[in-house]
This record gives sequence, structure tokens and C-alpha cells, in this order.
Amino acid sequence: MLLLALDTATPAVTVALHDGDDVIASSSQVDARRHGELLLPAVDRVLAEAGLRLDAVTGIVAGTGPGPYTGLRVGLMTADTFGLALGVPVHGVCTLDGLAYAADLEGPFVVATDARRKEVYWARYADSRTRLTDPAVDRPADIAGQVAGLPAVGAGALLYPDTFPKAHEPEHVSAAALARLAAERLAAGEELPAPRPLYLRRPDAQVPKNYKVVTPK
Amino acid sequence: MADEPLVLGIETSCDETGVGIVRGTTLLADAVASSVDEHARFGGVVPEVASRAHLEAMVPTIERALKEAGVSARDLDGIAVTAGPGLAGALLVGVSAAKAYAYALGKPLYGVNHLASHICVDQLEHGPLPEPTMALLVSGGHSSLLLSADITSDVRPLGATIDDAAGEAFDKIARVLNLGFPGGPVIDRYAREGDPSAIAFPRGLTGPRDPAYDFSFSGLKTAVARWIEAKRAAGEEVPVRDVSASFQEAVVDVLTRKAVRACKDEGVDHLMIGGGVAANSRLRALAQERCEAAGIRLRVPRPKLCTDNGAMVAALGAEMVARNRAASDWDLSADSSLPVTDPHVPGTAHSHDHVHETARENLYT
Ligand SMILES: [Zn+2]
Repeated sequence: MLLLALDTATPAVTVALHDGDDVIASSSQVDARRHGELLLPAVDRVLAEAGLRLDAVTGIVAGTGPGPYTGLRVGLMTADTFGLALGVPVHGVCTLDGLAYAADLEGPFVVATDARRKEVYWARYADSRTRLTDPAVDRPADIAGQVAGLPAVGAGALLYPDTFPKAHEPEHVSAAALARLAAERLAAGEELPAPRPLYLRRPDAQVPKNYKVVTPK
Repeated sequence: MADEPLVLGIETSCDETGVGIVRGTTLLADAVASSVDEHARFGGVVPEVASRAHLEAMVPTIERALKEAGVSARDLDGIAVTAGPGLAGALLVGVSAAKAYAYALGKPLYGVNHLASHICVDQLEHGPLPEPTMALLVSGGHSSLLLSADITSDVRPLGATIDDAAGEAFDKIARVLNLGFPGGPVIDRYAREGDPSAIAFPRGLTGPRDPAYDFSFSGLKTAVARWIEAKRAAGEEVPVRDVSASFQEAVVDVLTRKAVRACKDEGVDHLMIGGGVAANSRLRALAQERCEAAGIRLRVPRPKLCTDNGAMVAALGAEMVARNRAASDWDLSADSSLPVTDPHVPGTAHSHDHVHETARENLYT
């Protein structure tokens, strides 16, 4: 097994290779506005570091968000197209699950990432492998009651200390964690879902107002 | 000819997910998935809706194009993609797909200019472009007069709209007339039964001191809207056919007049018209008439090649391969305002060739 994992749902552009035993190469760069430019060179670098070729990959793992859409799509489109060109399966893993796995916590906690517009993408976890709630997008103040007293990880938690006083690292997801989680689930015989984006919000689309009269009254 | 470059092109600058395959100047496949129906109720293209649709449609559309062309991806000589101009988020989906596809297959990547692609697509219809060629590009997104001396390296902008694109004016007038979106085809249809000289609508920027090759459709749009409102205010029925015909005549009169004048001024004897509005029947007819009178040869591709599609991107990509233009780097970005003077985005880094060589060795060797 050789998994190529990638995630672009947070400000990190992150890529990792997992050979079935463990991660053998990885790269993470934080630059929220250059996902499109950074991803392919990162894949190239990670493969070179491992001394492997892309056609050795037996599966692709892609973080499905939730996350800012434009960046999120860079990773998902890249994963889909690799899958097409190589004829290998593409597995979707929720980006928040990757963060939870990297948090490596025993007790209940919260993962929250920055959803911009003063909101967070978040979910509650029983432990690092068990998500309790569907990923959601909310204003921090509106969920304060639901996350009260719980430790929290992710940039969204670090950004709003009033709601998440017990926030700590990791800030962004890493493809290494995503790859380890996926490898563990696949080894356990689990089926991973198709890599469909978790947008959580409807597209911003204002229906234009009724035709505006231009003749002065 | 078997040694002509076999290129797959990807276009996602607006609401069409286009994947085309050409061999040199021969069209092999032109697969398009459009999200236009999803935008109709908004009266215009919603960028986020378009981007979501591109992600969904990309892989199936690539598969459809390969099947239609009857070729294998490993036989391709290059992957071309629209790098700009266009909607930033939409472009990025196509660029991401093209980069991943080129990398995985070990093929060179060519980020190309959307406007230059609109011109180059005519090679698939009428053979190699004469050099130079004058091009009038008219759609919902652009209205430009371009002089192409070499479609891969030398495209000069002579004029452009200073406000609305020609296609936008059609959409807006269609909305005033409650005819739905997009407006071009429906106005064309009504206009056929109307009198183009019924109402004298203004011709923008045609005064002696106005810029010779620039366009303006905003004043026309306001004039038409006022005329319709006056009718409605007077309780009279709006003659939709005559309004459509007279409005359309005002648009295509200015477009063709300026295009023919540019040809004469620059001593160019070929005019190509591209973009979605090139499907307009009156534009085609009037351009034909005026070009004949001026001794200019008119080239207009079939309507399906005029609207946004992947074949036009593949056509320009094939030309880049044929003329040995430098491929793009793996960090190619989408550029929503890529200038028309950049027909493609060549790579700069020395490591580029190295990366491509590595990638080429990666597979099928
Ligand atoms: Zn176009």
C-alpha cells in the first residue's frame, strides 16, 4: 500500500506519503492564498524525498473539509484527477477528523477551524478517533454552551479564546495525520467515502432584485 | 498528419466545463458540461455556483472527451488549460485539474489565454489562421478587437468595451423585456420577426472624436430601458419584436463597423469573429455583408465553437506545441486578469525542465 494524502481545507497546503506502516515523507506550508500554486510542487517534492514515482501510489486520500471553498477545491480537484489518471481509488476524510487524530487526546474535546466571516467550522469528539457531531458552521458565541469546559484544537479555537479558553495546538491539519487515520481505517476494513466537499453553506447568490427602473420619477 | 500534436484542453473560466481534444488543427472531441441552468434564476453567472459545478463535472467530462476522440490519455502530447482571464475560483478548478492530469501522465502543461483561445479555435473550422488576423471577440464577458500577428506570441489589443460587454447588454435588455436568461438567443429569435429600423437607438462611441476601436453599450442599454418604460407608463403594449430588432441592430452595427474599420486601418484582410455573441444571426449576416463590400475575408466558427469550450484551449495548446513554446511550470496559477498580450504563461525556472523530465520518467517509460 502506498497512500498519497493531501489537504487544502485550512491555510496549510499539506501532502504526505504513507507506505502502509507509517508516513515516509511529508510537506506542510501555511499560505492561505496560494493553495493552487503550492500543491503540485509539494507533491513532486514529497515523491522525490521518498524516491518514489506517482505511479507507485495505490490510493489517494483527500481532506474533504469543511474549509474555505476555493482552497478546498484545489485539493479535491487534484485528488480526483490523480485518481482518474492513475486508475486508483480516491478516499475522502473529513479534515476535522484529521485534526482530531493529530490532537491525540483521550477525553472529549472540540475541533474548530476558521470559517472566516467570524464563524468556525467545528465538531465534538469523544476521543481522537470518534466524532460525536456532524461538522457544522456557527458563530463562536452561539456554540459556547455546547463546547463549554472542553479542550479545543484548531485555528478556529485559537482565534476565539472567549468561546474556547482551553484551546491549543495543532492549529492546522497535516496530511501526515490524515494519511495515518486513513491507513488505520482502511487496514480495519473500513470503506472511506468518496471525496465530496463539505461546503456546509449554500453558495452566496443574491437573486437580483426586480428590474430597476432607470427613468427618473 | 499523425505527427501533429495531440492535445487535451480544459476550460473553466466561466460557467462551462469544457474539455476538448485536437490533433493539430483537427477537432477530435468537444465535451462541454454547462451549469447555465443553475444560474438562470439568478439572471447571471454566480461564481460560487460555477466553481462547484466545475469540480463535479470535470472528471466525467474528461472521460467523455477521451471516449469521443477515441484516443488514450497516454498518447497525448500535452495538456492545455485556460489560465485566465475569467472568474478566479472557476479558473482555479480547471488549472488544478490540468496540473494534476499533466503531472500524473508525465505530459507538458500549457497555461493559455482564454481570449487567444477564442481566436485560435477557428483553425479547427477554417484551417491555419492567416497572419495577421483581426479578431472581434464578443460574449457576455468580453468585447474586444484584437490584432493577432502570431497567436502563440503576439496578440495586440486595439479596443475593448469601456463599460458592459456586448453579451451583458443582451442579457439586461432580455431581463427588461422579461425574456429570461441568457438573453442573446431569445433576442435574436424575436428580432428576426421585427423591424431593425423601427426605433433609432443610439450607437455608442461612434462620434468623430470617440476612440475608434473601443465600445460602449451602457448608454444603449439605458436608452432601450427608458423607451420600454415610457411605453409601459403610457399603458401601451411594448413591441417586443421591434425593440429586439432595433436594439440588436444598434449593437451589431457598431461592432461590425469598428471591426471593418480596424481591418482597413491596419491593412488586414481577414476578420474572425468569436465569443458567444458570434452566434447571433444578425451579427454574422451584417459582418458578411460589410466584409464583402470591403474585400475582407470573414471567418466565423460554428456557434458551438464560439461559446466557451475546451476545444479552443486544446487548439491553442496544439499551436504552442507545434511552435515549440515553453511549457508552464507546476506552480502555474490562475490569473483572473491575465492580459491578452500574454497568449500563454511560459515557465521560468530552470528546474521546470527537470521537473518535467522527472515526471515524464515517472510513468510509461
Ligand atoms: Zn469566452
